[in-house]
Amino acid sequence: MQTIIENLQKHFQVVSYHQQRENLGFLIASKEVAVGLITHLRDYEGFAHLVLLTAVDWIEDEHFQLTYLLHHPEKKVDLGVRVMISRENAEMYSIHHLWEQARTYQRELREMFGINFPGSPDVDKPFILEGWEEIPPYRRDFDTKEYSEKTYFPRPGRETHDPAEYMKKKLYPNE
Amino acid sequence: MGKEYIEKRTVISPEGNPIEVDPLKDYFCDAAPKSCKSASGIIEKFANWARSESLWVLGFGTGCGAIEMRPLMTPRFDAYRFGIQWRPTPRQASVFVISGYLSVKTLKRVVRSYEQMQNPKFVVALGSCTINGGMYWDSYNTINRLDHYMPVDVYIAGCMPRPEALLAGFDKLKHIIREGRGEGANKYAENFDWYKGNQKKIIKDWDMPDYNW
Amino acid sequence: MSKKLLKWNEDRTLFPEKNSEGKIDVDYDSHKFMKIWHGPQHPGITGNMSLELTLLGDEVMDCETHVGYLHRGFEKLMERRKYIQCFPIVCRVAVPEPDFNEYCFASAMEELAGIEVPEAAEWLRTLVLEMSRLQSFLAWIGGQAGSLGQGIIGQWTIYLRDLILDRFEELTGGRIYHMYMLPGGVRGLLPDGFRERMTQNLDDIDKFMKDVKKVMFDNYVFKKRTVGMGVIDPAWINPFGITGPNARAAGVAKDVRKDNPYLKYPELDFEPVVGKDSDIYTRADVRRRDLLMTVDLIRQIMAKIPDKGDIRAKTPNVLHWKVPAGETYSRAECTRGEYGYYMVSDGTEYPRRINVRGPSYTHAVALLEKMIVNANIADVAGLMVSLHTYPPEIER
Repeated sequence: MQTIIENLQKHFQVVSYHQQRENLGFLIASKEVAVGLITHLRDYEGFAHLVLLTAVDWIEDEHFQLTYLLHHPEKKVDLGVRVMISRENAEMYSIHHLWEQARTYQRELREMFGINFPGSPDVDKPFILEGWEEIPPYRRDFDTKEYSEKTYFPRPGRETHDPAEYMKKKLYPNE
Repeated sequence: MGKEYIEKRTVISPEGNPIEVDPLKDYFCDAAPKSCKSASGIIEKFANWARSESLWVLGFGTGCGAIEMRPLMTPRFDAYRFGIQWRPTPRQASVFVISGYLSVKTLKRVVRSYEQMQNPKFVVALGSCTINGGMYWDSYNTINRLDHYMPVDVYIAGCMPRPEALLAGFDKLKHIIREGRGEGANKYAENFDWYKGNQKKIIKDWDMPDYNW
Repeated sequence: MSKKLLKWNEDRTLFPEKNSEGKIDVDYDSHKFMKIWHGPQHPGITGNMSLELTLLGDEVMDCETHVGYLHRGFEKLMERRKYIQCFPIVCRVAVPEPDFNEYCFASAMEELAGIEVPEAAEWLRTLVLEMSRLQSFLAWIGGQAGSLGQGIIGQWTIYLRDLILDRFEELTGGRIYHMYMLPGGVRGLLPDGFRERMTQNLDDIDKFMKDVKKVMFDNYVFKKRTVGMGVIDPAWINPFGITGPNARAAGVAKDVRKDNPYLKYPELDFEPVVGKDSDIYTRADVRRRDLLMTVDLIRQIMAKIPDKGDIRAKTPNVLHWKVPAGETYSRAECTRGEYGYYMVSDGTEYPRRINVRGPSYTHAVALLEKMIVNANIADVAGLMVSLHTYPPEIER
C-alpha cells in the first residue's frame, strides 16, 4: 500500500493520505486531478474494480465529499479517493467512460444530492424518485420528518415523552 | 419531464391513414365507479359465503411482506386449503394484499391495480408500516396510513407478520365477508373524491385518468 | 467472442437494418416495435421492480430498468437516528438476506470505535451469516426453476428454507429479521439441542438437493433453455463491477471470504466454487455447488463453535455512544456478491453518512440492460432471476 502511494505522489499532487487499516486507505485529491488520478490507478496500478461512488454532505464547511472507492483484485487492497467539491453549483467530471456501472451511481447522486455530472448518459432521468419537487432528499438541509408529517397524514398516537417528566406527571399529578 | 405519451397526437396507421389519438380517453375507460346495491336476504348470504371461500389474491409483492407469501404458497402453511390462491392479473383477483410499506411510486401502481380489480374487492394490509408508518414513520418516501388512499378491510400487525398471522388475517377477512361487512369497493365509490384528493396530494406525477378499469 | 451471446432465429431478413453503431433504430411509427412493461405487477419479476422492454416480434430490442418502488430513504433515516437506533432498521435493507446488513454495520462501527469482539461471538456471527446464505440460496433455486416452468422445485426448497428459518427463530427469536448481531457482539448463545436439530436439517437439505439436481439440473428442458443463454463475457467483470457467483461462473474466483477474510473464515476449509461457461446453467450450477459448500461450512462451524463464553464486548452506554470521527468500509460475501457498508462518522452520537453497496445495484441496472438485448421475451424472467437481484438493496 505504501509503495503505491509513494508511486502516486511522483505523478500527482496528493493532498493527504490516511491509512484506515492494513488494506484500506483514503487519500484526498483536488477536483481537477481526480479523474486523471483515478484513470492512472485503474490503468497502471491495477485498481480495476470500482466498489462504490458516493457523496457526503459537509454542510458546515459548504462542500460535498465524493468518495471513489477502488479495489485491487490481485493485491486485495482498497483505496478511497476523496474529492471535495463546492456545494453551490455542485458539479464533477464524469467517469462513465472508465466503468460502465458508474453511470448508475452518477444518476443516483444527481437525483439524491443534486450533483451534476455533465456528459454522463441519462444523468438527468429520474432514477428512484418520481415527481419529486423538493430539494434533493439526501442533502442535510432537507428535513425528512417534517416533510413526512406535512405530507403523509400521520396517525395520531405516536408521541414521544421524556420518561422522567412523563412518569412524574402520571404518578404524582398533584405535585 | 415531458409527457408526450399522454398528450393528444396524430399517428399514422399501418394502412397509411392519420388517426387522432387521445391516450387518456381512448385507452382507458374512465367513468367513475358506482356503488352496487347488495341483493336481498338469502341470496346475498349465499353470495357472501361463496366469495369468502374463494379468495383470489393478486400476486403483487409491494414490499418486504412478499417474502412471507412464498411459505404460504408451499406445503408447510398451504393457504390453498382455505380457498386462497394467487392470480397473476388484477382482473382475476378479489383480494389485494398490500405487503408492507408503500413508496409513492408504488402507490401509483397500486391504485391502478386496485381500480382494475373487479367488484367486490377486499384489501388486506400487512405489517405495521401500513398502519402508521411503522419503522419508516419519518421517511420522506413512504406513506403512513393506507386507509387514506384505499379502503382497508383487515390490518395484520407485525414487522413482519408470520405466516400464521397471515392465515389468521385471512380467516378474519372471511368472517367479515360472511357477515356482509366487506363493502370496500362501495366505500371507495361513495367517498371517491376524498380518496382521489388524498392520492393526488402525494402522487405529483399524475399521468393517468382519474379512474381506470 | 466465440460463443453467441444469445440464440435467435438466423433468418434476419425481416428485421430492420442496423445503424452504424450496430444497433437497430427504434421507430414506433413503423408499427414494427412494441413497448411492454415487465413488472412491477408481474408474477415473473424478482421483487418490486420493472423492465421497460421494446420488442420486435418476440425479441427484445431495448431494455430500461426502473427501480425505486421500494425506496425508503434508509441512508437519510440513519442520519437522524443514533447508532443503536439505526441497528433495528439496517436489517430491513435487504429483505431476504438481512444478516449481512447487521454484520457490515456492526463491524464498521466496531472498527471506528476500536472494539474487539469476543471469540465466541465471532463464531456465532460466522454461523448466522452462513445460515443466511443457505436460506437465500434455497429461495433463489426455487425462483430460478419457477421462472423456467418448474414449480415443484420451489415447493421443495421453500420448505427447506423454512427449516433454516426455524433454526433462526430458535437462535434469534425472529424468522426473517433477526437483529442478532449487536455492535460489540451477539445477543445469545446456542440453545440446548440446537446442534442436533441443525445436523438433522442439513442432512435433509443434502437429501433434497440430490433430488433437485436430478429434477432440475439433469432435466432436458432446463438444459435446453439455459445452456448457452445469457453469457457474461469475463471482460465485462471489471467495467460492470460484477461480483459473487455471477463472476465466479465466468471463471473469476472472486470471493470476499477468501480475498479479504473476515470473522472466522481463515480457520475454515473451503475453496471458492468456480464455473467456466458463464451461461444461465453454469450460474445456477455454481450456486447449487455453493449451497452444498455452505452446508459443509455450517457442519465445520458446528464442530468448532464454543458452547460457552463471553459474547458481548464491553461497550459505552449505547444511548450516548459517540463513535470517534473517521470513515471506513466493511464488506462481506453474500449470496449475490460483495455486500458493503461505507460509514462516515463525525464524532457525534449520530452517523454522518452510511452508504450501502448492494451487489444487485450493478447487476440489475447496467448489466441487465446490456445482457437482455436480443433475448426472447420468454427468457426475460429466467435471465433476470439468474443474476440473482434483490430490488430493495438497489434503491434502499
